[in-house]
Amino acid sequence: MSELQKRQIQLEVLRYNPETDTAPRYQTYSVPCLDEWVVLDALNYVKDHLDPTLSYRWSCHMAVCGSCGMMVNGEPKLACKAFIHEYADQIKVEPMANFPIERDLVTSVEDFITKLASVKPYLIPKEDKPISAGEFKQTPAELKKFKQYTLCINCMLCYAACPQYGLVPEFLGPAAISMAHRYNQDSRDGGRDQRQEVVASNEGVWECSFVGACSEVCPKHVDPAGALQQVKVASTIDWYKEHLMPWVTK
Amino acid sequence: MAKSNKPIFWGLFAAGGTVTAFVTPALVLVTLFAAMRFSPDLFTYQYLHAFAANWLGKLVIFGIILLSLWHAAHRLRVTVHDFGVRADTLVAYVVYGLAGLGTLLTIIYLLRI
Repeated sequence: MSELQKRQIQLEVLRYNPETDTAPRYQTYSVPCLDEWVVLDALNYVKDHLDPTLSYRWSCHMAVCGSCGMMVNGEPKLACKAFIHEYADQIKVEPMANFPIERDLVTSVEDFITKLASVKPYLIPKEDKPISAGEFKQTPAELKKFKQYTLCINCMLCYAACPQYGLVPEFLGPAAISMAHRYNQDSRDGGRDQRQEVVASNEGVWECSFVGACSEVCPKHVDPAGALQQVKVASTIDWYKEHLMPWVTK
Repeated sequence: MAKSNKPIFWGLFAAGGTVTAFVTPALVLVTLFAAMRFSPDLFTYQYLHAFAANWLGKLVIFGIILLSLWHAAHRLRVTVHDFGVRADTLVAYVVYGLAGLGTLLTIIYLLRI
């Protein structure tokens, strides 16, 4: 049996306490890491052994809950998926870019929650069906059209990666639009017209300039950039139908 | 929230991107042939003029130039924004104005052939 390898890592963490600090600062912790650790393990070591005042969000430790999003060496990552062995001995950890800092690595997520809710991310059935009429059936092909988008865990890494969201805070953003697309593509859903009111506005999908960073950082391979391109095509067809063939719609 | 009118420009941008992706490499190749003085009969002035004089030829040329122009205009608008120029409305007027002017000139020149 081989011995577990230990590495001394210098963890440079952004600290900010709104009650005592006027500006964020960095604090470096020397952490003895096992090679199979992730950055979240290192943060937990700091919290348990070195500095209990450090604040950060986490829950599942398995890339399911989407709580531990942060910048690791400047890249948006889930701390539970960022393996120590992929980094040099100095690792810089900061709160997610493009979000206001609440305290240390904890950011305020209100903006995202408001935007997500605005696209009505739930099934809006085409027609009310009594329970006696049975379940809504779906073929594997129909499921395949949207399944990939259901994998979103709302971790907001795509917002931290999106330069457009950084420039234009009103932008609805990758995850919210992908989630709208997920329900629009669902054969059981009839709520697209309601969602388009938000999605097809200037601050909706049209702020996207297809940088594609959202899809690169997505830990669940949702490919929000792809979803947004599909939404643009569909919204463009809508526009031409509404303006050139008004007799076709409604 | 009002629905955006950006689809007008994005539609031209997307269609233009598809067209230029297919046509531009061919044009680069043909231009290279011409530069290397490789000009088979089909590339001679008479043939190309005849192509441009036919209404179907005019339509093809117009479609390619129109879509390429509007594609480039929109791409430039977004690129300028990415480079940090925050005068989006002014930039839009300038680049779309140029594309509009190019479209107009294309129509005039094609009709004169």
